[in-house]
Amino acid sequence: MKITINGRLKEFSSAENLKTVIGQFSGGHTHVIAEVNGTVVKRPSWEQTAMREGDAIELVNLVGGG
Amino acid sequence: MHSIQNTIQDTPFELGGKTFTSRFLLGTGKFRSKTELSATIEASGTQIVTVALRRIDLEHHADNIVEYIPQDVTLLVNTSGARNAQEAVRIARLAQEGGYGNWIKIEVINDSKYLLPDNAETIKAAEILVKEGFVVLPYIAPDLYTARELVKAGAAAVMPLGSFIGSNQGLKAKDFIQVLINEIELPIIVDAGIGAPSQAAEAMEMGADAVLVNTAVATAENPASLAAAFNLAVVAGRLGYLSKLPKKKAIADASSPLTGFLYENSKDQDTITKQ
Repeated sequence: MKITINGRLKEFSSAENLKTVIGQFSGGHTHVIAEVNGTVVKRPSWEQTAMREGDAIELVNLVGGG
Repeated sequence: MHSIQNTIQDTPFELGGKTFTSRFLLGTGKFRSKTELSATIEASGTQIVTVALRRIDLEHHADNIVEYIPQDVTLLVNTSGARNAQEAVRIARLAQEGGYGNWIKIEVINDSKYLLPDNAETIKAAEILVKEGFVVLPYIAPDLYTARELVKAGAAAVMPLGSFIGSNQGLKAKDFIQVLINEIELPIIVDAGIGAPSQAAEAMEMGADAVLVNTAVATAENPASLAAAFNLAVVAGRLGYLSKLPKKKAIADASSPLTGFLYENSKDQDTITKQ
């Protein structure tokens, strides 16, 4: 199953949910905000959010800015 | 620093339903390290800092900037990176869902050369985000009609640029900012281009309600020291404004009495004043 995360295509097994995907890529990042196909998914819903072929995930966080 | 602010006979700075004693907002971009940022926030006396949202680095761990910002400081997330209203709205929603509150600085830029804000798209974003319950602080190129539309939209403040962002050129747009100060009832926060404490003081003397600085402080050799200087300058400028500055005069007006010190009669006095 191919999923795009932050603009990069990644290969996953079919059993993934949003929480397990984020766990693999946000190591050490706290307070990550997730968006799936343009819609924000709140943290409590990550585990129930099944991943599908072609999904696009954005993982963002706060950084310094003016 | 706080003791100086406490001596001002001033009403609190009201913004977005909150009240503040500091009128100096600090941006958190471009700092060399997060510990330096932390020390600078402390030295600045600021109560509002701006932050941005970006994609995380999938391979490398990074500290969350929030851990370096005191909890009593209000976070103002900007929509930098947005090129139109739609993207600004998306960033605002992301920030809110992330638990970073509902304060949003709308920043829509689609010109990579001058980095000027797109006022039309900013108005559109403001209209949407106010309806969604955000406290909306739009960053604009100073323009009266834009500001009036933002008032209508329900913005919490207007943030006109002083000069090109990151340029340290000060108040190049001074006359147009003055128009906003004169005509717009909302708080006016001068943002972008402020490169020296004297420029911040000048904005405050004009009657701006607050000043936001980032690049000048973050890229200074000693950011904490400069942040403290900006804080003092903002206080000084505010005091100057509240004191109602006397008008400028085209000719000299002696500070000392013009009665003669050594010359007693009025004839001699005339001679002196005509010299």
